[in-house]
Amino acid sequence: MEARTVIDKLWDAHVISDLGNGWALLHIDRHFLHELSGPPALADVEERGLPLHDPGLVFSTPDHAVSSQPGRIATTFALGGRLHAALQQASARMGVRMFDLGEPGQGIVHVMGPELGLVLPGTTVICGDSHTCTNGGLGALAFGVGSSESSHALATQTLRMQKPRQMRIRCEGALRSGVTAKDLVLHIIGQLGTAAGVGSVIEFCGPAVETLDVEARLTLCNLSVELGARCGLVAPDERTFAYVKGRPFAPQGAALEAAIAHWRTLFSDEGAVFDHEECIDASAVRPTLTWGTSPEHAVAVDGLVPDPNSITDASQKAAYSAAIAYMGLTAGKPLAGTPVDYVFIGSCANARISDLRAAADVVRGRKVAAHVTAWVVPGSELVKRAAEAEGLHTVFADAGFSWREPGCSMCVAANGEQVQSGRRSVSTSNRNFVGRQGPGARTHLASPAMAAAAAVAGVIIDVADLPEVNA
Amino acid sequence: MQPFTVVTGAAPYLPQDNLDTDIIIRIERLAALPRHELGPCAFETLRYVPDGAENPDFILNQPVFRNAPILLAGDNFGCGSSREAAVWALQGISLRCVIAPSFGDIFFSNCFQNGVLPIRLAAETVQMLARACAQGAPLSVDLHRCDLLAPSGQAIAFEVDPMRRDGLLHGLDDVGLTLRHDASICAWQRTDRQRRPWVWSTAGAVPPQ
Repeated sequence: MEARTVIDKLWDAHVISDLGNGWALLHIDRHFLHELSGPPALADVEERGLPLHDPGLVFSTPDHAVSSQPGRIATTFALGGRLHAALQQASARMGVRMFDLGEPGQGIVHVMGPELGLVLPGTTVICGDSHTCTNGGLGALAFGVGSSESSHALATQTLRMQKPRQMRIRCEGALRSGVTAKDLVLHIIGQLGTAAGVGSVIEFCGPAVETLDVEARLTLCNLSVELGARCGLVAPDERTFAYVKGRPFAPQGAALEAAIAHWRTLFSDEGAVFDHEECIDASAVRPTLTWGTSPEHAVAVDGLVPDPNSITDASQKAAYSAAIAYMGLTAGKPLAGTPVDYVFIGSCANARISDLRAAADVVRGRKVAAHVTAWVVPGSELVKRAAEAEGLHTVFADAGFSWREPGCSMCVAANGEQVQSGRRSVSTSNRNFVGRQGPGARTHLASPAMAAAAAVAGVIIDVADLPEVNA
Repeated sequence: MQPFTVVTGAAPYLPQDNLDTDIIIRIERLAALPRHELGPCAFETLRYVPDGAENPDFILNQPVFRNAPILLAGDNFGCGSSREAAVWALQGISLRCVIAPSFGDIFFSNCFQNGVLPIRLAAETVQMLARACAQGAPLSVDLHRCDLLAPSGQAIAFEVDPMRRDGLLHGLDDVGLTLRHDASICAWQRTDRQRRPWVWSTAGAVPPQ
């Protein structure tokens, strides 16, 4: 039999009909809705007078426009309150299981899906959110859609799609101690650029990926869209199966065994052909941050802000100059030592329990610098409760962090939670676009440990360079 | 959906690469406004200066390019967030067609869902058109013929997927088309319930409190 990629296997397993000219009608196994893009899609289907095709495969939760203020309710952020009510009412009317505020299961869609066992290896997953690619960390074919495609899927449980091109990024070698999946993926985007994956699904593989735990793989796949790809995935393996086992919505007992037997077939065969392959030396990756206004503006923490005069390509030169001006940096100077005003630990990239543990390990026994506003926003209600059971909230609070309610918060700034204009933020999120964290906000993307280090040092710093804590 | 057949008019050029959907429409606006009121907020951080006045340097504010139906753009236009409101905002300033060397994948799909035609052309061709249209000379995009007419009269062919072309020409609706396949969808699902029961049995379970 012809050698197939894991992407071929997932794709073929979901094709209902061949529509010709490379188009397929693809079955969607899991569909997530949040309060920003969910209500328009639900309203569209309702206005057409159509029922949901399979409401049992659709799940909703508020995340984008809810306040993360301690003790918040749906209307703490008034604008978000309207969106929340729309999601709540449409979910109830149309038979969609909603995980509401304060309930186990509420959280950032790409955090709650995997943690509940709703996202499973080998499934197709969509959401009206570009970071749906996160779920590829479990070996799912997961991609963001617009609200029209979302309403199409609500009415038909399918999407019309053309099979994407396939790209493989092999990460050779081992990550150095203290270097995380976030550093790895920022490094990859810095090397390949934000358009490298346009039109493609990316399989991440190689020794450095195999040794990542599942939460780290979710982080890796989260930034696939920042490479231009609609989805990225890691083929499921024993780590994946162990992660899924015991999750609230995951299969159990004999059903789980049958599922695992199927999931074991989901890997790229020897000799399978990709449209495009890249190789990354993971052992060379250092703690990495962004300096500019695109995720590809990435540099090792001991690196320099680039000098546009050293660039020959006119459009890149202009882009670099504009980014340096927006970010208020000096070309050719070290990035480390740059004072920061905000530190945000949260988002679908890095707000899982392992992320909070990594940040707490840096923070423990230290204090946030006096001029820094530092927030920890857990990715979900279950992450929040797990962190509180371990006492992490006390570690953060004792150091001077604000410990907040789950949601997207300052990553997307759709909820009134913004970095002030001209202020500098080190953020564990995934986008440093102009204005992303608020008009005029300056964002440096980093791992949880590096963000925590910036909070306590008050400047961008390599976490390894923090002074020892006095016992 | 409004059918797309021939669109003719001025074609301003936004040369920046990676112009993301956050720039096309800020998230606060799409949280606050219905889709048909987004036009005034399209590209707002570029169109307006901080006190709210128009930025005279921004090309879409030049009289000849106001309400232009065609936009020439840089590489990877519409990357980033999946927000379909980016397309709605562009429609709100009368845009029907965007021409760029490449597009963000989700934005590209969203355009077709709303009757906006995204055309991929080589970077050199986009730049040539930008020079030819810099004073407001019109382009004409013909979806029947799959070509566009430069101000010089030169015809430039473009490729568009046949199914998507059909949808745009006729303003066809995907949901209605797919529901014609509903018997196949239901049959596939019946088989899948046997083949992958774990996908189906888990839905509806109750997580522990």
